[in-house]
Amino acid sequence: MSEPILSIRGLSKRFGGLTAVNKVSWDIAPGEVVALLGDNGAGKSTLIKCISGVYQPDDGEIWFGGEKRNFSRPVEARGAGIETIYQDLALAQNLDVPANIFLGREMKRRYLGGLIKTLDDKKMLGESRVGLDALDIVFPSLTQPIESLSGGQRQAVAIARAIYWKAQLMIMDEPTNNLGVPEQQKVLELIRRLRDQGTPVILITHTMPDVFAVADRILVMHRGRLVTEKHTAQTNASELVQYMVGALDDTRAVAT
Amino acid sequence: MATTTTLTPAGAGLSSLQRLLLLVSRLWAWLFLLALILFFVITVPIFSGINFFTVRNSQNVLVAIVPVLLLGLGQTFVIISAGIDLSVGWVMSLASVLSALALRNSFNAGVPLPLAVLLGFFAAVGGAGVVGLVNGLIIAKLKVPAFIVTLGSSFIVRGLALLWSENTTVVGLPDGVRAYGNESLFYSIRGDHGGFYVFSPPTLTGDMVRQMDRILSWPVVAAMVVVVICMFVLHRQQFGRYTFAIGGNMQAALRAGIPVDRHIIKLYMLSAITAGIGGFLSMLQFTGGSASIGDPLLLSSIAAVIIGGVSLFGGAGTVIGTVIGALIIAVLTTGLVMLNVQAFWQFIVVGAVVIVAVLIDQSRDLLVGRYKGGAE
Repeated sequence: MSEPILSIRGLSKRFGGLTAVNKVSWDIAPGEVVALLGDNGAGKSTLIKCISGVYQPDDGEIWFGGEKRNFSRPVEARGAGIETIYQDLALAQNLDVPANIFLGREMKRRYLGGLIKTLDDKKMLGESRVGLDALDIVFPSLTQPIESLSGGQRQAVAIARAIYWKAQLMIMDEPTNNLGVPEQQKVLELIRRLRDQGTPVILITHTMPDVFAVADRILVMHRGRLVTEKHTAQTNASELVQYMVGALDDTRAVAT
Repeated sequence: MATTTTLTPAGAGLSSLQRLLLLVSRLWAWLFLLALILFFVITVPIFSGINFFTVRNSQNVLVAIVPVLLLGLGQTFVIISAGIDLSVGWVMSLASVLSALALRNSFNAGVPLPLAVLLGFFAAVGGAGVVGLVNGLIIAKLKVPAFIVTLGSSFIVRGLALLWSENTTVVGLPDGVRAYGNESLFYSIRGDHGGFYVFSPPTLTGDMVRQMDRILSWPVVAAMVVVVICMFVLHRQQFGRYTFAIGGNMQAALRAGIPVDRHIIKLYMLSAITAGIGGFLSMLQFTGGSASIGDPLLLSSIAAVIIGGVSLFGGAGTVIGTVIGALIIAVLTTGLVMLNVQAFWQFIVVGAVVIVAVLIDQSRDLLVGRYKGGAE
């Protein structure tokens, strides 16, 4: 395995008396898809929020791209290249595809020495096309509001936006939720494509078939602790479920 | 990987009838305005024996829409951002009073007229801008709903306007002010010795005075300049893009790193400032500052914005739509008066048009079959 892009060492996060994340350590290498599994309340979301800057861990270290990082806000994590795609996608439904891809980072034309600036919609459209082409995503029209797009298409826009802005690590929270079966396949295909281009993906999901379809490695959390780490080929769904409900626990086996 | 992910748009596959209906529903305000003008051009001569389609009448309509339009322009931005500004009516009144006071007092203190008018402009825009700043700060930073903040501030501004005008019209403005508010860019004189003049009219006597039409009076020209600036800012600049994004999905705007709070403050300042310009222009037009001019126009201006296709839920709308909306109301009002219909019918008709406008907008959503749940 090559140098890990992300390393977590002994990460803990407590809320009052509750330890939501308990001394979790793990590495992710470039071009790897890692599925993060766990029952509700297992600590997946808290762990992810520590990585993406929403929460600050109480203990432990986060190394990203060879540097020790301490993100105090999500914007900082994004600036470093950690892009999180939430279920609600954070897209403006009333704007078209390029406007969403460039939201907050619009390309502009300057007039009168920069005194007057206008949006360079033509350039943003062209760049959007390049970005989508790189992922082999084809939309018949990019210039209609994305509310007329389907769930999978919007997912593709969110992914394309992250890739365009040079995401080095993509965290996806339940990306196939609320999608029809053909659309789920397209999103999984996109995740594989990201991996092939070297962008690692952390996939949070409850959907077992998705895990086996795209993940290289699987991590299972239970009550805040990382209870196992398996290569996809070495495990099966029923075994994973046993880890998720706490019937199996590798850390305990080692300890006792 | 050789496979290509082709994604067809969810709205595809509309029949040609649906496409036609969609086009009509998008352009209905234009078509309605055209139909309205056509209706009055035919009916007014028949029932009243006068001509509707005259230069003078067109100019009357334009002069009439200036204050409503200026209230509506800033409101267009605010409503697109999913907000509302109920204070603009009284802000316009306040601006009218402040600018009249500033103009009169500075002129009386020996400031030359053009400079005094400029000072009046700054008083109007400055006073309005302060109200907008306070509105925006409370809405953006303290997260109080815009409806409540601007309702409250409208009462405060109303009190201030009445206090400072001492509940009467601020009069005693220099004579020259009249020209600023009533002279025009072009003049056309009908009749044998008539002609077309730019900037300054010839000296006229007798019947000739009645045959002169003022075309594009200065307040109309000023309003047109504000319209063009607003179109540019809303549809061509980042400011407008942010406004649409905030109205469409505020969370998305925040996550994209847009300075949402600061933008909201700017929006309420913009809204107050266009209302302030409206107050200043009406002060010039009536050569006096009055606390009672603005508020009756508030609801008309919101009606114009809605007829023009701005969604009260935010995220959609155009500046030109608001212009068309204001024109529809003005043409309707003028036409009904010329038909000798009792004035109160105006309200009934305008109200019906507002409701129909919203119905047409909603039916458009049904027509396209928008996806709300995200599932195919």
